[in-house]
Amino acid sequence: MQLNPWALVAIVMVAAVTYLLGHRSSRFATTTHDFLVARRTVRSRRNAAAISGEYLSAASFLGVAGVVLKDGADALWYPIGFTAGYLLLMLFVAAPLRRSGAYTLPDFVEARLESRSLRRLSTAFVVFIGVLYMVPQLQGAGLSLAIILPTPAWLGAIVVTILVALNVIGGGMRAITVVQAFQYWLKLFAIAAPAFALCAVFWTGGTPDGATPLAAPTSPVFLENAHIDVKTNVRLQVDDLTAVRVRDPGATADHEAVWLAHSEHEVAEGTMLTFPAGASVPVVTGAPVHNDNWLRPSSSGTDDLLSTYSLIFATFFGTMGLPHVLVRFYTNPDGKAARRTTVHVLLLLGLFYLFPTILGALARMYVPKLLVSGQTDGAVLLLPSAMMPGVLGQIVGAVVAAGAFAAFLSTSSGLLVSVAGVVSTDMLPGRVKDFRLATVLVIAVAATLAVVLRPPDISISIGMTFALAASTFSPLLVLGIWWRGLTWPGAMAGMITGGGSVLGALVYNNACSYTGWYMPWWSEQPAIITVPAAFAVTVLISLATRKHLPVDVNPIMLRLHAPDPLGFMRDRAVARFGQAEEKVRMGKGRHRK
Amino acid sequence: MVAADEYQRRVDGVREPDPTLGKNLPPRPPPAVEPVPPAPAPLTPAQPVKPPRRQRVVLADPRQGTTTLRARVELEEQTSWGELLIKDLVKAQLRTGLLLALLVVGVLGSLPVLFFFLPGFATASVIGVPVPWLLLGVVPFPLLFGAGLWYNRLAERHERDFVDMIES
Repeated sequence: MQLNPWALVAIVMVAAVTYLLGHRSSRFATTTHDFLVARRTVRSRRNAAAISGEYLSAASFLGVAGVVLKDGADALWYPIGFTAGYLLLMLFVAAPLRRSGAYTLPDFVEARLESRSLRRLSTAFVVFIGVLYMVPQLQGAGLSLAIILPTPAWLGAIVVTILVALNVIGGGMRAITVVQAFQYWLKLFAIAAPAFALCAVFWTGGTPDGATPLAAPTSPVFLENAHIDVKTNVRLQVDDLTAVRVRDPGATADHEAVWLAHSEHEVAEGTMLTFPAGASVPVVTGAPVHNDNWLRPSSSGTDDLLSTYSLIFATFFGTMGLPHVLVRFYTNPDGKAARRTTVHVLLLLGLFYLFPTILGALARMYVPKLLVSGQTDGAVLLLPSAMMPGVLGQIVGAVVAAGAFAAFLSTSSGLLVSVAGVVSTDMLPGRVKDFRLATVLVIAVAATLAVVLRPPDISISIGMTFALAASTFSPLLVLGIWWRGLTWPGAMAGMITGGGSVLGALVYNNACSYTGWYMPWWSEQPAIITVPAAFAVTVLISLATRKHLPVDVNPIMLRLHAPDPLGFMRDRAVARFGQAEEKVRMGKGRHRK
Repeated sequence: MVAADEYQRRVDGVREPDPTLGKNLPPRPPPAVEPVPPAPAPLTPAQPVKPPRRQRVVLADPRQGTTTLRARVELEEQTSWGELLIKDLVKAQLRTGLLLALLVVGVLGSLPVLFFFLPGFATASVIGVPVPWLLLGVVPFPLLFGAGLWYNRLAERHERDFVDMIES
């Protein structure tokens, strides 16, 4: 794509504002307390905006529209699950988790079950989940910068890495809270304004000339001659007799080919395909070909149905196990504020997720060429210039690009703070300089992986991360908060069962993608099996190991559930890292709205 | 005198009436001035002087009455009564949470099965927008927010009731 100067300006502005806001709020960040939990003084509305800003990652901003473009109605479960996860988090986790007084997820685990070895295991899972989540963010940054500007794919990853590292090193949690809150509103604007503009274009212009209506029983067609650079090996299903010019990887000239109706073709990485205007669009295997199938949910049998339910399991339970989300709840002053924060988050997320769906549906008509390469994550970025030629389209595109960039920044900074907090307090002594060291280590590992590994679909890999979080931390949190009978061997067995089976599915799925074996639905989304398994194993092993019940389970349950005005909350970070100036105010459990 | 004494006690169980009230007692002798010990010699420079950390001291907190304190102690020491109280609260909160979760998950979770077994429903449309897209793309978000708002009210009410019960 050609250079869009407006997009460059927008991205530079977002970067500058992000840095300045972070710098401004990190001036007073001096203690470990500031870096880990922002002194626990973040009010519920600000924290809700920050949580939403952190949570609306590349997977939400770009990925949801992309999956809607590819999979249609079934993909709508992604935004539902991403939001509903917060309802379950609120019902079962938010307030007691805050009242535990922990400062990281492993710290909560130790506070509840008094086991150092379980703490170490959960540290490992937090680091693993955090890095697994961070890598697609950085890769997405690279890919979308490459869509907007003619740059190599690694450049975007490095730019995001440097910016995020600067902010987090400067002020940790305290610096990124304001930044993330700002970035939520930026993202909401950056998706809502283009959605309104593009809908206006669609309603005034109607279905574009030659495009297939979304309810028609045929595949989408190219609106103009399309050159497609295939970046990964794909298998395409062809619906109709299609003339195509193919340039094989390494070749210098095109050759003409005709793809027969209802055939499948392997296309190797590096191939250039050219389709004439009006040709029907070949679609990656597994995605619905015809528009009417795309429009209808669960259209291709029980496998579709099961994978939909599996996705529901992963996202509903996964949110409450994401370490970067949980650590934000520790920044609230008390349990009541944590609960109110979640109500606000439900509102803010619901507002945001109305728009990517609309953009994904519009993309099916205007930029169907993304279906060929399978890299549908670019849909939101390419849609404005495809629908509105000229400067106006470029400006709208720049707004979207700014939002996408903000998404990469806020999510990766939240992940970085949570992982660096865990690394610095569990593997290092936990002073401010250890936090900074941990930040550098973690972001270096993540950036290296992002440049080296091959980028998958953002939403798919995020789906896997959710499955991992749902099968490891959510049984531990839910049972730990509501069931006195949980023991550390039970929790550990559940975590190993859940985490191990998800990792097994991940390895098998990757093996399939390299060797071309049959890929069953559960290898892409195993949560429907692994989450109940993890819960069952946790309960059974806990019942079998009753003698390992923590001795002070009653005082702990009291602290988790007693209302804040009674003042049972104890701050574990103060006990470990010394007095914070705000301790007096926090110890009372007084509510600050 | 006796009546006044009773009156004073009833108002405030702690304060005693002034024993010198209405009596002709000799004036107290002036308090003896004790000699002040000499100021300690300044520390040797080898030991660096570290000023004590400033601390905020709260002598009395008007928001915590004596009754709260007693109930708190009872809760903290985990007497059978205190344990029972907190168990009841946990049960009430868990019941509310589970009910709401069942409601929401039941409504949302029935949609895929519904679309699967009723293809006619899955292809219906209202003013040009297919019903599944409305039900999946728009409706869940107000539903989730409403459920969250409702739970927040219920949970805060449970906690308020609990605190009221402790303090009365």
